[in-house]
Amino acid sequence: MTTKEFNLNYKTVCNLIPSNTRVLDLGCGDGKLLKILKNEKNIESLGIEINQDYVLEALQKGLNIVQGDLDKGLEEFQDKSFDYAILNQTLQSTKNPEFVLYEMLRVANKCIVSFPNFAYWKVRFYLFFKGKMPKSKALPYEWYDTPNVHLLTINDFFEFCKKRNINIEKSVYLTKRKSRSGFLIKNIANFFSEEAIFVISKNEI
Amino acid sequence: MGNTKIVETKILKINEPIKLQCGKTLEEYEIAYETYGKLNEDKSNAILVLHALTGDAHAAYYHKNATKPGWWDDMIGENKAFDTNKFFIISSNVLGGCKGTTGPSSINKETKKPWALDFPVITIEDMVNVQKKLIDYLGIKKIIVAGGSMGGMQALEWSIAYPEYVKSTILIATSARLNAQAIAFNAVARNAILKDANFNNGNYYDSKHPENGLAIARMVGHITYLCQEAMYKKFGREFKEKPSFDFGVDFQVESYLEHQGKIFVDRFDANSYLYITKALDYYDPIKTHGSLENALKESKSNFLIISFSTDWLFTTEQSKQIVRTLIKLNKNVSFVELESKCGHDAFLLEFEKQTKIIKSFLGV
Repeated sequence: MTTKEFNLNYKTVCNLIPSNTRVLDLGCGDGKLLKILKNEKNIESLGIEINQDYVLEALQKGLNIVQGDLDKGLEEFQDKSFDYAILNQTLQSTKNPEFVLYEMLRVANKCIVSFPNFAYWKVRFYLFFKGKMPKSKALPYEWYDTPNVHLLTINDFFEFCKKRNINIEKSVYLTKRKSRSGFLIKNIANFFSEEAIFVISKNEI
Repeated sequence: MGNTKIVETKILKINEPIKLQCGKTLEEYEIAYETYGKLNEDKSNAILVLHALTGDAHAAYYHKNATKPGWWDDMIGENKAFDTNKFFIISSNVLGGCKGTTGPSSINKETKKPWALDFPVITIEDMVNVQKKLIDYLGIKKIIVAGGSMGGMQALEWSIAYPEYVKSTILIATSARLNAQAIAFNAVARNAILKDANFNNGNYYDSKHPENGLAIARMVGHITYLCQEAMYKKFGREFKEKPSFDFGVDFQVESYLEHQGKIFVDRFDANSYLYITKALDYYDPIKTHGSLENALKESKSNFLIISFSTDWLFTTEQSKQIVRTLIKLNKNVSFVELESKCGHDAFLLEFEKQTKIIKSFLGV
């Protein structure tokens, strides 16, 4: 992913988080997003990351970071102990997305979830015309080495949340340079958006 | 860098009595310590490093005419993990030790003889309370504490007992309490000493020391500091020469353990080994405070916790227990499990990765 697109993702997530909140970033990578949030929104932060090199980079940024595996759950975290939990571009690479989402919703009041949209028209055309697993800037991997074992579409996510009474409070759809928020017609968003960012919550788990 | 840094162990005499956890009182005692780097004007740059079971105050630099530096010289010094350009680093020998701080081999003023087993049984808490006297003497009010293994337990106890003092706590290859397996190995080690023909109920100072027992204790210890992978890598099933068809030292691993035992008896006191392993076994803030949460709730420290993947003496899971508690308490905590093939020994060997992590944490 290019820096430009990353910036848009970060900017969007940043806009969704109020100042002075307590934020947990799941799969925080090298901690870039948390660092931005700390600087811009003065958040209290904790990151979880499985990759040791990233853990070191995040530590160098002065962040609190715990090395851990999201797929093993968040047992160390008490219910609703964070204002926000972030799962940025990570949902599609978890082994058990449903479990991870439930755990997030348990430990945080609100969750921000983003993922590359597999129903984006370019992805569809790639498969349709080339007959091969789609590759793009958002999906740079080969079929055999991709960490993205649970790719999904915007429609899939809506259906998933509806079935489980998970509230979608906000939705933001990203294309190359633009972000559109609010309630676009779902199928249109599903066709034209390269990436989606949702704010979700659940009253009872 | 060419110019080797020389350091001398200093002795601080404390003439006021200290009440110990066992209920007894030590009327007076001495603390052996070394310092590296410079204490800044507002005395805010101190790091207390805490040694493991058989360590001492000599953590870094060289003693005059010595060929080997202190036990954590890889980590302490200019531009190292504990950077002497920025920090003032203090290291002291623990209470009950045999390297300058009062312990069972010290002279009991009343009897004019070594204390031996009349020395009161000491705990990790007692060790920390004694270190606090040194910190008070140096006029330091805010401190960073760091240690591996038993040193980590002392660092943890510092953050529990003196929450107003501790700014940051670095816990390496440690746990809040030993598991039964670790206690079992300590029990075997103590038995080897206690059953040695020369032990004489601890009163061996003017005759032959219980060297066989202490050497066996050290051999047991070294087995627990390694792991299967480390042993395989170091020795495999290699013979020293060829099978002897008697009961001498055949295998490389036997030879290693024998060597470690032999060199240990020259530098360590058997009674100290008994006392310090007992302190390790007893330490249990979970029991003392009802829970680890209770123990740590007053802490104002940031925490960095490092474990090693092949350490089965102080496991990653035990480190995670501390991490979980700190997260529950909303404390600032970072945790890394380092991949290593060195077992528990990794904390003394894998200094490159530790340096990166600790430097980042300390914000150098």
